[in-house]
Amino acid sequence: MAVDIYKYLREDKLPHIWCPGCGHGTILNSLVRAIDQTDIDPDKTVVVSGIGCSGRAPGYLKFDTLHTTHGRAIAFATGIKLANPELNVIVLTGDGDGSAIGGNHLIHGCRRNIDLTVILFNNQIYGMTGGQYSPMTPTGAVATTSPYGNIDQDFDLVDLTRSAGATFVARGATYNPRQMTKLYKEGLEHKGFSFIETLDQCPVNYGRKNNIGGPTEMLDWQKEHTVPASKWEKMPEEEKEGIFPLGVIHRKDDPESEYTARYQQIIDSFAKEDE
Amino acid sequence: MSKKEAVLLQGDLAVVEGGMAAGAEFFAGYPITPASEIAEGFARELPKVGGKFIQMEDELAGMACAIGGSLSGKKSITATSGPGFSLKQENLGLGIMIEAPVVVVDVQRVGPSTGLPTSPSQGDVMQAKWGTHGDHPIIALSPSSVKEAFDLTVKAFNFAEKYRQPVILLLDEIVGHMREKVILPDADEIEVWDRKRPPADADKENFNPYEWTDDLVPPMPDYGTGFRYHTTGLFHDKTGFPRGTTEDAKKLMDRMTAKIENNLDEIILYDEDIREDDNIVVLSYGSTARSAVSAVNEARENGLNAGWIKLKTIWPFAEEKVSKLAEKANKIIVPELNQGQLIREVERAAKGQAEVVGINRYDGTLIKPEHVLAEIEGVK
Repeated sequence: MAVDIYKYLREDKLPHIWCPGCGHGTILNSLVRAIDQTDIDPDKTVVVSGIGCSGRAPGYLKFDTLHTTHGRAIAFATGIKLANPELNVIVLTGDGDGSAIGGNHLIHGCRRNIDLTVILFNNQIYGMTGGQYSPMTPTGAVATTSPYGNIDQDFDLVDLTRSAGATFVARGATYNPRQMTKLYKEGLEHKGFSFIETLDQCPVNYGRKNNIGGPTEMLDWQKEHTVPASKWEKMPEEEKEGIFPLGVIHRKDDPESEYTARYQQIIDSFAKEDE
Repeated sequence: MSKKEAVLLQGDLAVVEGGMAAGAEFFAGYPITPASEIAEGFARELPKVGGKFIQMEDELAGMACAIGGSLSGKKSITATSGPGFSLKQENLGLGIMIEAPVVVVDVQRVGPSTGLPTSPSQGDVMQAKWGTHGDHPIIALSPSSVKEAFDLTVKAFNFAEKYRQPVILLLDEIVGHMREKVILPDADEIEVWDRKRPPADADKENFNPYEWTDDLVPPMPDYGTGFRYHTTGLFHDKTGFPRGTTEDAKKLMDRMTAKIENNLDEIILYDEDIREDDNIVVLSYGSTARSAVSAVNEARENGLNAGWIKLKTIWPFAEEKVSKLAEKANKIIVPELNQGQLIREVERAAKGQAEVVGINRYDGTLIKPEHVLAEIEGVK
């Protein structure tokens, strides 16, 4: 059955600001399809973003939406969720926004295991500001601030968020939107901190400068450099170099350990004293 | 605790008591001397009434999280000191731009940088006004006693809610850590204001979250109540969406400024004791007012014509009031625990009509009554 994605979109705000060939629209499309497959109440859903190309995504979504400061979306979202745990709170962030300036908030959001769904648009570059290297830019890659090749090491955000305590960790890629929708749906339904890194393409500021090519070639690159998580686990270590597992990487179902649930237990303990 | 009994209360904890009396429901912050007692107090008290407390990973997150709580419809507060106040400026700016009611307490200590963490200062007066980038309205209140810390915390919440405006509560280390005997009012004696929300029958489909209402303060829906509205730190029109036109930018700035400027009579709070023939006026705020009042009383015993005014609201500045004082007085003395910050506003308002003289300490030591008395008596 066809999904009416427009009922979740602010049609009067379209067309979006993203460049031709950008993967952000694919992520947005998968997200609204995922929302449609859940029983989430759109009136009880808040979408929060920071700064950068990803930061503009909530403006196209017909929910309560908040476009905040650079890197701080998870901190704002934490307040929104803790103040009213009935709300479904989704954070849309980029690799610069979420892993550089907002890296500390990402770590501590995971550690608290607060029930947020964080989708990180990983296009491996600062797109909005014109192509500077981010913590997700591969070593050796060319960016406007690494004209001689990036000497930084890039992050593995899946490892990072898992270690920090996120209870749902997954990776999708824009070449496979059906899988993205499935991962977003699982993340939205998971009670606890859900982190879904999404490999995304920035042909304008990354692909063409690193001889990968345009959007199609970048999607081919994703396909060639990813394997299902189940296959990844069985691969010998030497074959894993430069290959990314896709799918659900880590999952721990323990709703009682969720932050707002734990805080409610404290409140309830006082209510009991009064009885 | 029976509110009618006298209690021995610390200034920081008076902020907690005042906050709870004003209906605080949400605190997010980060530990810092000399403000940590405020976080500790809210951590104890809020869950008892169904409220929420959270210690965040840093000061920026504390400010962000408190604003998030406010958007979910809860009366929110955060507390810090100078170094943390510097970090909060980024998200304080967003709070101003999106018009989120929130109270930000800064228990001032000596700076710059780590400075003197346990010593008093009034060095953040200008940071409270201009700390975040760009022009913007701000309200800052500064108590001089434990009782005032309670009363002005209630006022800070009320102003924040009524004007959809972050309100700064500037304590200093003396007021924050001092213990005084106070009698707190009963709940029914305290006036508590809540933010204006859109009516239940509002047209949610065509709702404009930043509509130009008569009072210039648009009604604010809680998240999750079906309005599905957009909020951004970008300049926006009445729909909440950025348009990036110069016309919209000016309109928004003018409305945000006017919603405060049109209500100065309500917002500007001060106490004064100036007699008809007093030609010397000591203008002070915060802990320094304690020495100022004491010095004026002693000067009067010595037959001098001196009076005092204590500003409880320092931003917006009481420009008109100070201008009138300067018409009559020969000399205005401004003691401050900094190198001279609010004195510049006093000079600007006095317009040369009276001599304006500062008494300044910025070494972590308080200004004693004899310092002020010496200036009143003209003894160098």
